[in-house]
Amino acid sequence: MTPSRPLLIFLLLALAALAAFPLVGEEFYQGLVTRLMIMGIFAMSLDLLIGFTGLVSFGHAAFFGLSGYLLAILTPEYGPVSIWIALPLCLAGTALAALVIGWFSVRTSGIYFIMITLAFAQMFYYYFNENQDLGGSDGIFIFFKPSVTIGDFQLLDLSNHNTFYYFVLASLVLSYVLLSKILKAPFGQVIRGIQANEARTLALGFNTRKYKLVSFVIAGTLAGFAGFLEASHGGIMSPAHLGWHESGIVMMVVILGGMGTLYGPVLGAFAMGFLQDYFQELWSDHWLLLMGVFVIAVVLFLPNGIAGLVAQLRRGKGGDAP
Amino acid sequence: MDFVTFLIQVLNGVQYGFTLFLVASGLTLIFGIMGIINLAHGAFYMIGAYICFWLFGITDSLLVAIMAGIPIMFVFGYAIERLAISVLYKRDHLYQVLMTYGLILILNEMQKILWGSDFYSVPIPEVLSGSIPMGNQEYPVYRLFVSLVCMVVAAGMYVVIGKTKLGMMIRAGASNREMVQALGINISRVFAVVFSLGAALAGFSGMIDAPLSSVYPGMGNYILIISFVVIVIGGIGSVKGAFVGAMLVGLADTFGKVLVPEFSSMVIYALMALVLLWRPQGLFGRVT
Amino acid sequence: MSKNNKSRRHFIAGAAATTGLVAASSFIPSRFAIGAMAPIKVGILLPYSGTYAMLGNSITNAMKMRIEQAGGRMGGRPIDYVAVDSEMSVPKAPQNTNKLIQKEKVDFLVGPVHSGIAAAMAKIMGQRKTPIMIVPNAGSNAVTGPLCAPNIFRTSFSNWQPAYPGGVLMGKEGHKTCVTISWKYGAGIQMMAAGRDGFATTGGKSVKDILLPFPNVEFQAHLSEIAALKPDCVFAFFSGGGATKFLKDYEAAGLKDKIPLYGPGFLTEGVEKAAGSAADGIKTTLHYASNLDNQANHKFRADYEAAFGASANVFSVQGYDTGSLLLQAAAAVGGDVEATADVINVMETSKVPDSPRGPWAMSKAHNPIQNIYLRQVADGQQKLLGIAAEALEDPAAGCKMA
Repeated sequence: MTPSRPLLIFLLLALAALAAFPLVGEEFYQGLVTRLMIMGIFAMSLDLLIGFTGLVSFGHAAFFGLSGYLLAILTPEYGPVSIWIALPLCLAGTALAALVIGWFSVRTSGIYFIMITLAFAQMFYYYFNENQDLGGSDGIFIFFKPSVTIGDFQLLDLSNHNTFYYFVLASLVLSYVLLSKILKAPFGQVIRGIQANEARTLALGFNTRKYKLVSFVIAGTLAGFAGFLEASHGGIMSPAHLGWHESGIVMMVVILGGMGTLYGPVLGAFAMGFLQDYFQELWSDHWLLLMGVFVIAVVLFLPNGIAGLVAQLRRGKGGDAP
Repeated sequence: MDFVTFLIQVLNGVQYGFTLFLVASGLTLIFGIMGIINLAHGAFYMIGAYICFWLFGITDSLLVAIMAGIPIMFVFGYAIERLAISVLYKRDHLYQVLMTYGLILILNEMQKILWGSDFYSVPIPEVLSGSIPMGNQEYPVYRLFVSLVCMVVAAGMYVVIGKTKLGMMIRAGASNREMVQALGINISRVFAVVFSLGAALAGFSGMIDAPLSSVYPGMGNYILIISFVVIVIGGIGSVKGAFVGAMLVGLADTFGKVLVPEFSSMVIYALMALVLLWRPQGLFGRVT
Repeated sequence: MSKNNKSRRHFIAGAAATTGLVAASSFIPSRFAIGAMAPIKVGILLPYSGTYAMLGNSITNAMKMRIEQAGGRMGGRPIDYVAVDSEMSVPKAPQNTNKLIQKEKVDFLVGPVHSGIAAAMAKIMGQRKTPIMIVPNAGSNAVTGPLCAPNIFRTSFSNWQPAYPGGVLMGKEGHKTCVTISWKYGAGIQMMAAGRDGFATTGGKSVKDILLPFPNVEFQAHLSEIAALKPDCVFAFFSGGGATKFLKDYEAAGLKDKIPLYGPGFLTEGVEKAAGSAADGIKTTLHYASNLDNQANHKFRADYEAAFGASANVFSVQGYDTGSLLLQAAAAVGGDVEATADVINVMETSKVPDSPRGPWAMSKAHNPIQNIYLRQVADGQQKLLGIAAEALEDPAAGCKMA
């Protein structure tokens, strides 16, 4: 996962643009970009499964939402919860859920994997949808963003939207670097081997099931981190955050951006955010129709996503086939 | 629950299972033979219901509406297969999921453009509209009739797939695409026919359910997810599995609602997880 | 906004026919300088795609019709509408709300339909003083209960309002036991509780409360349960496609003639035709009845039909009254809607005398104090039987303003 030089330059420029954005952008756009960056982290975590391990999870939103609900439960009604308590608990809770779901799921493959991850996500969906103590179908509030203090000293004030913006940006960069490191490590080589040819990797003596499970837990936990940020940002968690539509959208974001690239899904999140707005202005009554046509067009003409398109343009016509 | 009520609940479960089978069988057929995951199957179901409503308005007869509606659904399925699905055969499941997800969005909006977002109803034909006394209550005749039709369809599918030349081609195509092609059979035409049949089955389910459920936007969403649960339990690609899966889900859902109402919506998913834990390929699925 | 071009064209034709009213209400206070003639921004967050698009369109159409009939100006100032499709998505609600508040800087925020979105919006509104939010549908008791705020108003109903008199009605009609059934979500649970409470005041008792997962429409198992329990009556809340299917299944199971069915008006609203004979004879309670015999209602229904080629429904009434409230408030402050405190003062004590649903007034918790009507379906039409509860005020439990 060593980015080529032009790509590195592009990523650094994009980072600089994101870092400078709050200086020029209005509060609303800043909030929007914050949300898209969170979506980027969420999509990046799914890319680890789809793009690198060859596991098509159709229930990834379960972890995103679960973590958000955990934060909602941990946040008291009249004040913030300390991030030192909330974040570890949210991540641990999500990791545990990913471990259990993954343990079941990695025994299956292909369409069964798609379906069993969907089924588990639906179970979570219905659990939250029907639990009236957690707000049922209406969802639950997170009234305060977590506090970041050491002793009495306030390290960061996340309720300030500028601070929160940079906190999310740092999280995005950190997630990217972390995943890059993981993929570069021997572990990363093995999961890519699984994606390319599981039987061969197995024959080489690797317990592929175990590797898939670890990958699933890492991806789930990172999705949980994104959910933690989303819950802090939006201040509300609802069953719809875990629904299969949300899982479908994040999958679409990964493909649109370009799976197997890590930075692609972040591009995808921004492209998707822009397109939804654009389609709504174009044909407000039936914009979902445009979205449907667009989804199909991506499948037909852009299977490697924006990142793939860029790579292909650079290599000229002889670019790699899907 | 007294014994009579228990029996009636069993009947409810079986009857619900039959209607689920009708939808799920088309889905499993398309996957088993063509290797395609069709998320738009629920949308086909909805389109079928709307076509039934539309034709009923013209012909004033449910029978005629259904008879005319099935070929329309077949042609509709054929067109979708040629335009969208046929490019997916060699692609990963991931792209099939996305492509058919896109189809759902398009079909849902087309439905809104053509018929708006009102709810419509199709009356139950006079001869089937009564109910017969059963224990402490009455049972609607039309529900029993739907079960009967589903049984006939199930038997018909069993015969066609097991005993006819088309069935043979279909089975052969599922297990070895290249071999069939080498024998001079036009596999792409077989696939187109199978997909169209699957669409017609989904549409037919929507039509026959229309008098029971009424016709409304988004009616295919719920049925889609539950159909997937059915075929995953039964083993994807197995029609027999779809039948057993549908019965299990029908009964689990019915008794879940009555016995553990707090968790009723989670019961079928838990059932699915348990089955997959025991047999990852489903009850009648082939190990791949 | 490009929304509903076709309907708008229709509508202009309709509006031309009603110029009388336009002239009547075109009194424009003119204590302002030129700067104040900038348009008033009205943000709208309603569903325009998906299953609930009909509600969003009914509300928007009627609200704009009302304002257009008054000359298309509020307090003398032109109006700029900004509509956003809520998609009935709670996850997107904070972003959509902020888009209207922060980016568009609207003066008024009209929406939503979904009570989860209402909660998300109310949370954002509770942390700020502007704009003023007007809820034209979402009935969640919490919006004018624990979440109530000076800048949040509702022109529709609280879930408690149409349901409670339904429960009382069952007792009045001599029933002693009932089974309640609904979907397990906010509105279902609140209406079921209110119906049960109303029934309890007459000494009635619910023998079983059945909640189905939303939006499950497989009712058969529960109908068998009801048949076995043999209650005196059943209190049900469903709406839309689910209501149609419930009514049909209830009839097909042979229960309709044995165990009378009651419920909040949404059970039979808009589904009379689709449900056919299955809805016939069912009594419900609601804050509107289409054949209410008052001048405002006749005129409203005729105008709406002429403008949009569709019958007005309870949702369009709520949209229409939202328009009335906006006009009233803006006129009272002479168009100076930036003076939020003044606008709130006016709206808090406002009365809407010319509503199609009959006159109503704003409660301390900012929810309508309104009549709840007793209706019965006959031959695919709602028939008004009388008033089930006069000037009913929501208890507003948990609201600090009440």
